[in-house]
Amino acid sequence: MSTQTFDAGVQDYQLTYWTPDYTPLDTDLLACFKVIPQDGISREEAAAAVAAESSTGTWTTVWTDLLSDMEYYKGRAYRIEDVPGDKAAFYTFIAYPLDLFEEGSVVNVLTSLVGNVFGFKAIRALRLEDIRFPVAFVKTCNGPPSGIQVERDKLNKYGRPMLGCTIKPKLGLSAKNYGRAVYECLRGGLDLTKDDENINSQPFQRWQDRFEFVANAVDKATIETGERKGHYLNVTSGDVEQMMKRAEFAKELGQPIIMHDFLTAGFTANTTLAKWCRDNGMLLHIHRAMHAVIDRNPNHGIHFRVLVKCLRLSGGDHLHTGTVVGKLEGDRASTLGFVDLLREDFIAEDRSRGIFFDQDWASMPGIFAVASGGIHVWHMPALLNIFGDDSVLQFGGGTQGHPAGNAAGAAANRVALEACVKARNEGRDLEREGNDILRDAARHSPELAVALDTWKEIKFEFDTVDKLDG
Amino acid sequence: MSNLIKDDYRTRVTMETFSFLPELTADEVYDQIVYIINQGWTPALEHDRPENSADHYWGMWKLPFFGMRDPNLFLNEIEECRQAYPDHLIRVVGYDSYTQCQGHNFVVYRPRGM
Repeated sequence: MSTQTFDAGVQDYQLTYWTPDYTPLDTDLLACFKVIPQDGISREEAAAAVAAESSTGTWTTVWTDLLSDMEYYKGRAYRIEDVPGDKAAFYTFIAYPLDLFEEGSVVNVLTSLVGNVFGFKAIRALRLEDIRFPVAFVKTCNGPPSGIQVERDKLNKYGRPMLGCTIKPKLGLSAKNYGRAVYECLRGGLDLTKDDENINSQPFQRWQDRFEFVANAVDKATIETGERKGHYLNVTSGDVEQMMKRAEFAKELGQPIIMHDFLTAGFTANTTLAKWCRDNGMLLHIHRAMHAVIDRNPNHGIHFRVLVKCLRLSGGDHLHTGTVVGKLEGDRASTLGFVDLLREDFIAEDRSRGIFFDQDWASMPGIFAVASGGIHVWHMPALLNIFGDDSVLQFGGGTQGHPAGNAAGAAANRVALEACVKARNEGRDLEREGNDILRDAARHSPELAVALDTWKEIKFEFDTVDKLDG
Repeated sequence: MSNLIKDDYRTRVTMETFSFLPELTADEVYDQIVYIINQGWTPALEHDRPENSADHYWGMWKLPFFGMRDPNLFLNEIEECRQAYPDHLIRVVGYDSYTQCQGHNFVVYRPRGM
């Protein structure tokens, strides 16, 4: 086909990259962006510019374009939609051929889709709302090291959410005192405790010391209670060699679970660690520091549901999702949407929950949703109703702030959780009867009675900043 | 209440789900069996000596009760198991064939003194 000739210069993006007649292939990677163009730029031109700048295009024509089959490799903007309730913005849907991305690399996908295009001058604001990863790509990724089902079997936790808590104060404790707090929580009835994400290996508490004391606390609580226990040992560190050294040591100590901060450390480190966890039978808890910088602005950035999908491909067995009811931001319908993306095998398009595409995970294991941040016993019925059994409910202050200490606080949460699970199984309405269920349970549990009294007036009622459109 | 604050707080041997509730009554056990059956799960029973409670595998009481729809039949099995192994722990399991996991699992009988 030598019919093409080289015309140097600049041409409209839409001549090449706006293809409204295109029907996406099952193997295409699809993306939905919310776009606010600069004044005077048409929707079609802005959509095509996004498609071009996130795939094969550059600002001017180059002769080497003609050495490649650009029709095959280019991204295509194939649909434009209004954003409900926002006249300035519109959605554009873009299809990318699978060959644009390296197998097994969410890093490569993000470098293209949220790369230079986000600083493009012709676009005032841009937000990546959703990605449909084709099964052909999903199958090249390792995914969660264990997943929900295997973790339940390993830890012997069935028929209920797991209970956890982050050890406080989050900074400043010596390793031995920190291990004491872990032991008290676990012996009282929690399943899991967690390093705060800020805990790495500071002068007041070096990582080896923390790992050794915590391992002793976990092992002792396991033997004394007859239940399987764990503590998320944070292996996040300044370089990957150090991260792997810490992971290896956790394994050497016989501990079941480690943790990682996937955004601050990066997807490359996370994927490496997840693969190591799969090979070594280690569970992996994932924290999400920095996510709100990326996902909270409704007009610019990346929606958290995209980060959820990328993490599921990169690998992790737990992921923080917000609580809906606690101190941190989270729209209820939107949260339910990405919780499904974490845990289910097939999720159908559902705009009422912010899901723009069908997503088939092709048997990739599911991930526990972690609800953490300003929650306490009074929230238990709502949390169980929202998050269901495949979740970890983490009460930090709600455990360690108990007037009788960590063990009593842990027991209070465990009683509340089990009372709610039992009531739900009996067919009772948790949201309507929740307070009665808790008060009844407290008649058999002084720990719960004190907890209910301590936190009865605490609420976090602020308007959500990042709401679903419409 | 003040005793909780003043007294020493003892560690208890617990057995996972529902260990922190008062022992379930017969009616309450019945409700949980109904829940298991209505989820489409298969009810099953396991039992073992208390000193083996930390093992992944306990002894299996017969086979899982595939296709059983009547909770009373299952309650009879619990009673039969208890009479055969009065010094064993007994737990109810709900097998979920879709997730290949256990949807429910709780100890329904503890020998005297546990």
